[in-house]
Amino acid sequence: MTDASLGSTPRGLDAIRDSYMAQVHRRRLYGGLALLIFVVLMASGFNIADDRNAGGFWSGLHQIGDYPADVLSEAWEKRAELPGLIVKFFPALVETVNIAAVSTLIGAIGGLFLSLLGTRGLAKWPRLIPLFRRISDMMRAVPEIVIALVLIFVLGGGPVPAMIAIAIHTAGALGKMFSEVAENADLKPVEGLASTGATWSQRMLLGVLPQVAPNYVSYALLRFEINIRASAILGFVGAGGLGYELRNSMAWGPGRFDEAAAIFILLFGTIVFFDQLSSRYRNRLTEGQGQ
Amino acid sequence: MTAIDLGATNLDATKLNADKLFQRKRMGAFAIPVVIAIYLVYIFFAFDVPGLAGRANLNNAVTLASDSWSYKVHVTRDNRSGDTSYAIEGSRKGAYPEGQRPDWVSGDEVITIDLGADHVVRYLPGARTEIEIPGFQMIEVRAEGRSLVTNLPEDVPDWISASDRRIGITTPEGRITMTGARTEVFNYFPGWELFWFTLDSPYHGNGLAAILFGDRIDPDRPNITGAVSDWWNNAMWRHKDVAWAIGETILMAFLGTMGAAIIALPLAFLAARRFSPIMVLRAATRRLFDFVRGVDALIWTVVLARAFGPGPLTGALAILITDTGTFGKVFSEALENVDQKQIEGISSTGAKPLQRYRFGVIPQVVPVLLSQILYFLESNTRSATIIGAITGGGIGLLLTQAIQTQNDWEQVAYYIVLIVLMVMVMDWLSAWLRGKLIGRST
Repeated sequence: MTDASLGSTPRGLDAIRDSYMAQVHRRRLYGGLALLIFVVLMASGFNIADDRNAGGFWSGLHQIGDYPADVLSEAWEKRAELPGLIVKFFPALVETVNIAAVSTLIGAIGGLFLSLLGTRGLAKWPRLIPLFRRISDMMRAVPEIVIALVLIFVLGGGPVPAMIAIAIHTAGALGKMFSEVAENADLKPVEGLASTGATWSQRMLLGVLPQVAPNYVSYALLRFEINIRASAILGFVGAGGLGYELRNSMAWGPGRFDEAAAIFILLFGTIVFFDQLSSRYRNRLTEGQGQ
Repeated sequence: MTAIDLGATNLDATKLNADKLFQRKRMGAFAIPVVIAIYLVYIFFAFDVPGLAGRANLNNAVTLASDSWSYKVHVTRDNRSGDTSYAIEGSRKGAYPEGQRPDWVSGDEVITIDLGADHVVRYLPGARTEIEIPGFQMIEVRAEGRSLVTNLPEDVPDWISASDRRIGITTPEGRITMTGARTEVFNYFPGWELFWFTLDSPYHGNGLAAILFGDRIDPDRPNITGAVSDWWNNAMWRHKDVAWAIGETILMAFLGTMGAAIIALPLAFLAARRFSPIMVLRAATRRLFDFVRGVDALIWTVVLARAFGPGPLTGALAILITDTGTFGKVFSEALENVDQKQIEGISSTGAKPLQRYRFGVIPQVVPVLLSQILYFLESNTRSATIIGAITGGGIGLLLTQAIQTQNDWEQVAYYIVLIVLMVMVMDWLSAWLRGKLIGRST
């Protein structure tokens, strides 16, 4: 018995080792192939992008510093005027932040309803869950610039088109994130409230919202950070705020670089400031959850 | 006794506390909506929403809505030379070939345009125009030099706008504009005409079945290759350029995201406390991440466009630089959270540091990294559309141009549909890849 088992073990071991090695080789081959495809894609993609660009990568590489250097040197020459310019552009900054804040607020309210109506177990009309999910997908898929450009054509330039555009995208994006949180919510409070005859809005307000509020607020703050950037970019295509001022001062070219520098400083400062602020509050919110 | 007394005072104190807490909560429940409402009122006036009604151009909205699903055929008469031309969307690319015209136009000396529903426009010799509209008098207009002579009464209905230089008539069947230089009739039809073939292509007007199975339409080319090449090179809808533009946008997102990930990974090791013992280096890397993230894609785009010129490469680099910061932050946080035990296990076999990283750390962080990268790939497709509009590349640029020219709204609608589809496909692709690579759970 023992002899037989001893005799058979090495052969079994060999087979296992062979198949293991074969598996490892196959996996390495696949991994290598995937890496090769990836490298080829990156290289050819880079070449195509380089070909279709107005200036080449290698010829432009040493010029990267030129524009910032021009802006900085001119701003340094006129450094005495810089505080005045910052004051001048401060209202534009306020507008950019306001666009982000309002659109986050409206988008969060929209996302709240989309998420509650699109989550199994919570929805008011369970049959319509797929509809609300598709609505939220559609709103998420439309880039802000599409809605903003169309609305600028209809409503004229200004903060409102940007606000609506960002709010729509935010509602879709938050709707998805919110509903992922809401799926994990405990349904017992909802059932308890339902047994007392509470209406749907009461069940949501008293049963679900207290559970999900920290996560919702945390996601909304993260969106706010993203939306500040989006609102600055949309300003560049004509939707008011800091981006609009930046485009104007860029269009003037040299001689107005001090204005561009002031706007760069304001934008950079704002983004960093709100990033820090929101990450501090988000940390506090998620820590509070652990208790 | 004392114990009970103490309990009673304690109870009172607790009750008081609870009451206060509830009061605070109630206050909060009222205060938060009130603060939000006050803020919205402030915004209402700060954004000048009341003035919006004055600035908004509802005519634009109507043109946009009707043009996006229909096309118009222009029948234009040059009032000086008396020549009449026919063109879809008034574009030279959509012009009818010499000797051809739409079948709702008839006559040689007097050109009769039947707009349908008894709306008839006649181009008479001598730069005269007659317009028959049911329920309204016959309108006669004559161009004299730069001005117009009409039989229109003083007060015209609101679908007619008349001055002695320009007359515009809008009916449900079509639009007519007249100036001294030319008379133009727009007849609207539903659909996107010329989407497949322009009028100069022999395949225009042939059905799919005729092209696939019918006789050879163009004697020089087989039907299918000819049709595909004519469609691909359609001068009106520019399918080739649109496909390239979408390719450029996706390329920007791909190059930017992947390049950022490649650069951020080694830097993230420098920024993570567990792997980077030198405090100064760690802090410097983190500040670098914060800096490139804070400068934001907008400013990077502006700066890079100066060096590299407009194009997809600039957009890709702008995304790359911004996302290097974001990835660096996320990756280094993931690296801080790795489990030490696996690294210890690897080092107990005598592995060198690089091998420890490769086999002890990387397998732990790969799921987090991949899911982040794929999520950003999708989100960057949207960013690339926007950056393309600024830096001049991709579908974003086409969309901006089409909106700025303000007459081809069906193309705007087409681009919007394509952009939404592109983002949805990328979203689906990234979710599918995520599922394939790291399992459904994450």
